[in-house]
Amino acid sequence: MQFALTLLLLAAVLALSWRFLGSYLEAVYSGRVRWLSGAERVAYRLLGVDPGREQRWREYAVSLALFSGASLLFTYALLRLQGQLPLNPQHLGAVSPLLSWNTAVSFLTNTNWQNYAGETTMSYLSQMAALTVQQFTSAAVGMAVAISLVRGFSRAGASTIGNFWVDTVRGCLYVLLPIAFVTGAVFVAQGAVQTLAGPVLIHDALNGATQLIPRGPVGFMESIKQLGTNGGGFFNANGADPLENPTQLTNLLSVALLLCIPVALTYTFGKMVGSRRQGLALLAAMGLIFAVWTGFTGYAESQPNPAVAAAGVVAQPQGNMEGKEVRFGVLDSTLYDVASTQTSTGSVDSTPDSYTPMGGFGLLTGMMLGEITPGGAGSGLYTLLLFAIVAVFIGGLMVGRTPEYLGKKIQAREVKLASLGVLVMPVAVLVITGIATALPAGRAGAFNSGPHGFTEILYALTSQGNNNGSAFAGLNGNTAFYNLAGGIDMLVGRFGVMLPVLALAGALAGKQAVPVSLGTFRTDNATFVVLLLGVILIVGGLTFFPALSLGPLLEQLSHGRFF
Amino acid sequence: MISQLRSAILLAVGAILLFGLAYPLAGTGVSQLLFPHQANGSLTPRGSTLVGQPWTGPQWFHGRPDPDNPLRLDGAPGASGGTNLGPRSQQLVAAVRAGAAKLRGMGVQPTADLVTTSGSGIDPDITPQDALAQVAMVSRSTGISESRLRRLIRTMTVGPELGFLGPSYVDVLQLNSALARIR
Repeated sequence: MQFALTLLLLAAVLALSWRFLGSYLEAVYSGRVRWLSGAERVAYRLLGVDPGREQRWREYAVSLALFSGASLLFTYALLRLQGQLPLNPQHLGAVSPLLSWNTAVSFLTNTNWQNYAGETTMSYLSQMAALTVQQFTSAAVGMAVAISLVRGFSRAGASTIGNFWVDTVRGCLYVLLPIAFVTGAVFVAQGAVQTLAGPVLIHDALNGATQLIPRGPVGFMESIKQLGTNGGGFFNANGADPLENPTQLTNLLSVALLLCIPVALTYTFGKMVGSRRQGLALLAAMGLIFAVWTGFTGYAESQPNPAVAAAGVVAQPQGNMEGKEVRFGVLDSTLYDVASTQTSTGSVDSTPDSYTPMGGFGLLTGMMLGEITPGGAGSGLYTLLLFAIVAVFIGGLMVGRTPEYLGKKIQAREVKLASLGVLVMPVAVLVITGIATALPAGRAGAFNSGPHGFTEILYALTSQGNNNGSAFAGLNGNTAFYNLAGGIDMLVGRFGVMLPVLALAGALAGKQAVPVSLGTFRTDNATFVVLLLGVILIVGGLTFFPALSLGPLLEQLSHGRFF
Repeated sequence: MISQLRSAILLAVGAILLFGLAYPLAGTGVSQLLFPHQANGSLTPRGSTLVGQPWTGPQWFHGRPDPDNPLRLDGAPGASGGTNLGPRSQQLVAAVRAGAAKLRGMGVQPTADLVTTSGSGIDPDITPQDALAQVAMVSRSTGISESRLRRLIRTMTVGPELGFLGPSYVDVLQLNSALARIR
């Protein structure tokens, strides 16, 4: 009952952000929001960019690639040099080359996979200037790509899809910065740490314990970590750490933050293509899967932990509390982890590795569907639009008519690009998982034995391939093999989808609109939502079922066996 | 291409200055001005109320085991985090049995919350039920009456925030600090 009220409050907040943040985003990207126009003008002058000049898709992609390359280089350099740089009260040395590579790629691609423990590896400067920066820009880049794809639908006979520099600057300045700043202050007010002073040593005279309490600029990283669907926390325990996610209020705020932009973008989409119902149809598909997964995973975690039950000495009134915080309990913990695996955020407030087999299945499959329910900031919308194109193509085959979507004829080139974008992730994930399980270096990473150990490997590569960053954290990922393979997985999962999306945006923008007729297959009603859901579930199910059957499904069915 | 490369480098540098330095520094300034207690780690002379501590002996209320409580290591900071033991882990079965046996030896019948470890490894809280389960033990050891301890637990129980945002819970450090004041 209490949890129902929590869900109700979350739904109300998301409904508001859908309506108002959604229309604000549309105004931002069409240039009608001007309250920071002074700063914006300065930025364009410094960058040497003419904001009035738009780019063709290839130029847009080149700008994106160059900016990503530069960001990667700077992040890598900062991590390697942190020992020589200021704001390092713990005097931490340089991050190793392979770990720096993995981490730089991870934050660049909005993944935030972490093969390190923040409080014992990263200086304050690294956390701020290497990692927090990317949490802003990678989210802004994702949103820019989504907006340019929507422009492809909303324009007719156009050669350009927007200006990468303008889209990125606007996303950062008008959307991410103000929201992150205000909510960052809320995190701190609730108890998240925010200081440049180093760790503090405290001796408790009552129990004789001495603790070194790590600190740092945490609260304001926490807000952008969630808002930008990044997920990389300051501390190793991420959102479970009370110094990072201190209260039930910040827990729900986190969930609302990581969902708000992906949800709002469906309104932005509807407004830009001239029909809010089109956006609502996408939101319905997202929401249905999200609701079912939340219920399923919450139910699974409300069951007793099999190992604790096997010990046979204690009652489990709440369900599986291993790896969960008392202040959150089972249901609110599960809501957080489900939301973060379905938004490509990957932050956790409870340990996925210790979830029940079916709870872990819920988190893992949430990522395997391609991060579209509602997915990452920007990446959720553009990946879902790829699925929508595949869906109208299949619909078109059924009725024997050239498919159309939003007034654009979907022809061979569009279908090829969409299929490529949809299949890149599963191919990367499954091939690299195959390699990892075939090599001793890959198998050595698993911490738990039996099918759970395989799930750790599959989860890690699914998470990185989907730019999520959530982890079955028992896996020892800080090895040469996982640092390298994970980096490749993340790059392919990010840019292997973005490039077809931009090409698609260019192709669609150039097309003329076809008028709606009686024979047009409608894409704003329940039939389409069902078709879209079918495509999503069938693609995800067919590609990943064999791998899942070796991991969580086998574990669930291994009654009475412990490993 | 060259002008694009120039823009790319400049935007990356500009982002570092604005989002990597100005943003967190401004945030730190605002936090230290408005919420200095929270921003510095919710510290009390006995530790942070947000960080669990190890409690031994029957005279104190015990927190969750989080046995490798990483912040406890004298001087050298460890990293926070859970045990990551899977749901069919023999190690977890053994750990639960050992934890329950230890508490039962002291006359406490715990629920699962008190013998499983948390996600952070530094969970500062326990459920009111697990606090009440320890009343008899603490009362025997300290001589404080059980009803007085129960009242104490009731006053120290917080949450759910807004009346519905999760379970209610008791901060163990604050509970034991209050206990020390009574004694």
